[in-house]
This record gives sequence, structure tokens and C-alpha cells, in this order.
Amino acid sequence: MKIEKIDSILKKHEYRHSEIIGIMQDVQGIENYLPEGTLRYISEKLELSLTRIFDIVTFYKAFSLVPRGRHMIKVCCGTACHLGGAMQNLDRIKRTLHVREGETTEDRMFSLETVNCLGTCALAPVIQIGEDYHDAVIPGKIDNILAAYSAGHERQEVATD
Amino acid sequence: MRGKRLQQIRTIADLESLRESILQKRDSGKTVIRTCISTGCRAKKSVKIIDGLRNEIRKHGLQDQVEIKKTGCHGFCEMGPILVVEPENIFYCRVKPEDDVDIVSKTIIDGNFIKRLQWKDPGTREHTKYERTLPVYIKQKKDISFNCGKIDPTDIEDYIASGGYSALGKALATMTPAEVVETVVASGLRGRGGGGFPTGIKWRICSAAPGDIKYIIANGDEGDPGAFMDRSLMEGDPHSIIEGMIIGAFAIGARQGFIYVRQEYPIAIEHLSIAIQQAEEYGLLGKDILGAGLDFTIKIDRGAGAFVCGEETALIISIEGRSGTPRPRPPYPAIEGLWGKPTVLNNVETLGNITKILSKGADWYSNIGTDNSKGTKIFSLVGKVRNTGLVEVEMGTTLREIIFGIGGGIRKGKRFKAVQTGGPSGGCIPISKIDMPVDYDSLRDAGAIMGSGGMIVMDESSCMVDLARYFIHFLLFESCGKCIPCREGLKQMHHILTNICEGLGERGDIETLTELGRFMTTTSLCGLGGTASNPVLSTIRYFRDEYDAHIYNKKCRAGVCKNLFEYYIDEELCNGCTLCKVKCPEKAITGKKKKPHMIDPQKCIKCGICYSLCKLEAIRVR
Repeated sequence: MKIEKIDSILKKHEYRHSEIIGIMQDVQGIENYLPEGTLRYISEKLELSLTRIFDIVTFYKAFSLVPRGRHMIKVCCGTACHLGGAMQNLDRIKRTLHVREGETTEDRMFSLETVNCLGTCALAPVIQIGEDYHDAVIPGKIDNILAAYSAGHERQEVATD
Repeated sequence: MRGKRLQQIRTIADLESLRESILQKRDSGKTVIRTCISTGCRAKKSVKIIDGLRNEIRKHGLQDQVEIKKTGCHGFCEMGPILVVEPENIFYCRVKPEDDVDIVSKTIIDGNFIKRLQWKDPGTREHTKYERTLPVYIKQKKDISFNCGKIDPTDIEDYIASGGYSALGKALATMTPAEVVETVVASGLRGRGGGGFPTGIKWRICSAAPGDIKYIIANGDEGDPGAFMDRSLMEGDPHSIIEGMIIGAFAIGARQGFIYVRQEYPIAIEHLSIAIQQAEEYGLLGKDILGAGLDFTIKIDRGAGAFVCGEETALIISIEGRSGTPRPRPPYPAIEGLWGKPTVLNNVETLGNITKILSKGADWYSNIGTDNSKGTKIFSLVGKVRNTGLVEVEMGTTLREIIFGIGGGIRKGKRFKAVQTGGPSGGCIPISKIDMPVDYDSLRDAGAIMGSGGMIVMDESSCMVDLARYFIHFLLFESCGKCIPCREGLKQMHHILTNICEGLGERGDIETLTELGRFMTTTSLCGLGGTASNPVLSTIRYFRDEYDAHIYNKKCRAGVCKNLFEYYIDEELCNGCTLCKVKCPEKAITGKKKKPHMIDPQKCIKCGICYSLCKLEAIRVR
């Protein structure tokens, strides 16, 4: 990450220690993860110990210390989705992509994550891929949904109903 | 968005004259298409529908006569994307992008209804033409969510036109801070985030606390899985939360406010940011608000995916820029909160109630609801119920009315088993309590809690032991680990429940779970641990037979716990379409075309693909 870019984020947050979470969210928003070098630089600039930064990064689920794939798959595991079969969907994705939660496929195409609740419970079970929400997902449709992304379409038009 | 306003609202008279001029400019006969752009409908391509409608309207040269208004959540998410044509109030649901041509030519130009887009009662098969006659809405009492689905959340003038900021005007012009506090106390409003603490009392304690610097925080960290009313309010009516916060700031003497929103809600963050910016431009946030000498600003903080940060002390620590672990109370945040200063922390739905209480009075408000639970409450009705979405009802409405009256009963003709309320801190309520009134006290007596208002309906295909394991698994990963009862108790509970679900349950497991639960309830540091055992204790209380079936008979009748059931094909129902055979990843299904198929239990991995795909429901569980 370019030094100027980090500086502008730090400036936006007025170099405040209390803003560290927002600063790292902004960095991750651009980089997709938190590179070690960037964290070291932030630590120096803010005069904030790396220990504290590491404490925060590992406490909050949203942060990642490893690079992630092009398409972020978020399997919603909220109660409504769980009852609707989110676990079976998750199993199917794991088997198809050969990854576990928190991992990225070898071709860097997909990263797989579970989330507590996306707040779209009326559409359960829901899977979010990038910006797209797929509603009422069933195990039998998973392979088709994933194949459309592998084929490289940016906006997906996958029939899920 | 409009350019920067040069003329700010400086006085209450300014606000009223602005409201007048907005209303005067409006043409009541103009056709307005209201479309939901909240997360639910957006997921079903409502933005694409709007683009299509715009094109069609331009094609017919109607851009001056027809306005498209992007609104927040209408509540009937099951039927999204939802679209209402005003002034006729025509209601269309499950609209698809290709419907734009018909909507413009048939409805807007010719004035005809499009039958396929109308809502059809699954029982009587009758079509509903208008939004105002929709059965799902008629049975509700939409006080707090009234604006959601009606106004454009990204336009402050739309909020002002609907009476917005008049409660603030009234408070600043005619009341002292103490009178505002006492009005909220008298209303009987209780916190909508989970605890149910009286809001007015919280404000009173904070306003009496010594110190010049005080803070007010809106808690939009809606972490309970299965609840999304706060998201809808933030997305659909952000100014009502801001107005509630300004009134709160006036009451307790705060000059700085924070809204803490979970990052999983990008549209809520966007709409709140726009709303704050507009309120600043109009002079409703900043210095000397409405000429009353009140200075107040609001900053948004994004959560970073930690459930425990919904707990007030953890949330405060998170805003301070550290790992959000709760601390013991007292001192309560109202005395010693953010950066050690007196701080009021209210849920966003609670703040949404404030404007109504101020404008209509404490008496009006306290007449709604039950003795100890006043007002209305928004519930997110989801799970195996037919009409999923948000419903707002008066406190004290029965579960039966909510689930069967408004929710339309259970999907696919299945039987109701239980409803889970209150998220991971809540409990399950069985059919025997279906006529129970829903309020803070009755729910607590039934072993559940109000929580933030999630209502997850379950049918016979839901396994109660698995559900208990699910919540404990959830909490195990969300426990901050600071206190031993919560950290270790959850671990042991999870171990035992996983064993039961995998068929390794033993005699005595239920007793151990009960004992662990009681211990955690009484000795945990914060509310997360203190209520963590509720899902387990309440399912044991009402569904002990299911635990017994798992432990002693090694059977999961719901077909959820993989080791405790198997799939088979009902020969009577199977028509041999071969779909399951083709799709089975393990080649466990055999059979000839047009002849009943068979599943080989040795090869079956219970992935559920055949079960989810079979249109005849011939795949069964045993």
C-alpha cells in the first residue's frame, strides 16, 4: 500500500488512537486485508504499540491478516438461515471449492467466510458473494451459482428461485 | 443530491416555513412510484427495476408527471421487491425487472391493474389491489416504522414534509431538559435493545450525574441473528433516529453523539451518513440548533464484527478504539461511560420512539400497550412462517395473532413447533403458549426474552437440540473470554450438545447442562454470559422429549442431526424423474427412468441436494 494513501487515511482520522478501528477498516476496504508492513507503519505513525493493534485485529472478526480472493463468499449463519439449511449449503461450498471457513482457493478466486447475520433474514438462507445477495439458496443450486462467478461475469444473473 | 443550502434553519419559525413551502410545491395529483431500495428488495434487483422504470417513463415523455421515490423497507420482505403507485395506492409485489414495460404502459398510462403483480391470498386466492387493504398491514400498528417505505430516506425535505423535526422544535421551544426527561419517564418507554430498562430513568440518572461533558450513543450494532428492525429503521428513516438523539442530547446535556452501526449494514451506514450531512447543512446539527443554544454533533462508528459489542460497556470500549470486552457494572455508563464521562446508550428503535412521545405526549404513548410494556414493538418475523418480514404491533398482542394472523401461519402446510425470541440470549416458546401476550414480562416468565425483537418460527423440520447447539456455538465464538463461567461454561455446553447431536449423548447429560446453565446465569460478568444458557434451558424445559430421543433412541425426527437420521425415497410419491439421481454427488441414488428410485444409505453423505431439489417431496427423513 502506498505511503501517501495510508497517510491520507490517518489524516482523515486525525491521527487519533481511538480511531484505530476505523483506520484499519479503511485500509482493509482498499487492500482487502491488513498487510503487515502497513500495520507497522501505522503503529509508528500513531505511536501505538503493535501489540495493541494485533489485539484489535484478532479480536474483531472483520479483520484479516492474509490476502483474500477476488470473490468474497459470506455464508450467513443467522438463526433463520441456519434453520433454512445454511450448514448444508456451507458443506456444499466447502466440498466444491476444497476450502474451509477463513480460507482462500488456490486460484485466489474465492474466499469463504461465515457471518453471524446479514440482516436479510426474510430471504433465508442467504449467501453474499461480493456485493450480490443470493436468496433462498439450496444445496442443489450452489454449484451453478459458483460456476457463474468462476466464468468471470462481474454482475451475476443467477436464477436462485 | 441538492447543492449546499445557503439559508440554514435558524429558528423554529424557519423550520415551519420550510415545511410549508415544501408541502406547497407538492402536487397531490402527481403519480409517485414508491419502490423499496433496502437490503432485502435490493437483493432481489429493485435497483435494476428502478432503472428500467426510469427508461420507460422517459420513453413515453412522462418524466415531469411521474416521480420515482426510492424508499426504505415496507416490511413485507417475503413479497419483495415491493412497489406502490400513488395517489391510487396500487400495490405490486415480487416485481421483476422485465415488468417495467407493463407497469408504465398498463398502470401509469392506461390506469389498469396488472393482476399477476398483485398480492394473492394463498388461502382464499383473492387479489388485493391496494396497499391500504393489504391484510398483513391492516393488522399492524405502524407508529415507529410509519415512515419506512413512505419517505425517501436520503432526502431531509421528505422527512420534514412528513412532520419531521417538529418534536425537536416542540422540545426546544416549550420544554426544559428536565421536562423532556420526565415526559419520557411518564411515557413508560423501555429500552428496545434487549434489557428493557426504562429509558426515562436512564436519562434522569445521566442528566443528574456530575460533569460538563456527556455523551449520547445510538446502538445500531444489531448483532442478534434473526433481527433486522434496526437495520430497516436506519436505512428507511435515519432522520427519526437523529432527531431522537438531538432530543436526548438536549435532555441530558450532551454535545457529542455517536451512532455505532455494524459494518454488515453498508446501506444503513450510507443513509445515516447522508442524513447527518443534510441535517448539518440545514442547521439541525451543529451550533445553536434552532436558536435554542444547543450545540450537538453526531459521528458514525462502524462495528467490526463482534457480537459482544452490542453490550453497552463493550460498545463504549470499542468506540474508544480497543477490543470490546465488557467490564463489570456498576458504575453504569450513565454515571461513568465513554472516556469516563456520563453516557446514555439507547438502541436505535428506542430513539425512534422518542419523537413520537414528544410530539404526541406521554399520555398518548402510555395508553398503548400493557401495564408494564408501553407502545408498539417492531418484530422481525422469519423462519418457517409464510409472510416473512417486519411487523409492528402493540405490546401485548398474542403470539397467535402475530404468527398466524399477520404471518399467515406455517409454510407448506406444516405444523408449528416453536418460536424463538430474543436471539442467543432468548428462548423457545412452544405451541402450548401460543396465546400468550407478547410483552417484556410474559416473555421472561416463559423463559425467553424480548431481546431486540427477532421472532424465528420453527416447524416440525427444525431440531430443537440442534438449535440449542447452534446458539451455544454462536456464543462460544462471540464470548470475549474475560470471565470463566462464560468462557468455560459455553465450551462444556457445546461439547455436550455436539455429542448429543452426533449420537454420543449419555444419561446425565441433560442434568449437567441444566446445572451448568444455572451456574453461568448467576456468576457471569455481563449479560452475554448471564443469558447464554437460555436457549438450552428453555429447549430442555419444553422439548425434553427431543433430547431424550437424541440421547436414548439415537433419532433426530426433524432430519437435521446427520448421524441420527437417514434419507429414503417414498415409492408411492416418486415418479422416476431422475433429477435426484443426476444431481447426487456420491452416486448413491439408483433407479430406472419413470420407476421409483432408491437411496443407498452406505453411500449417502446426507448433503441434502436430493431433498432440496425433489419437487414431489418424495425424499423423506427417518
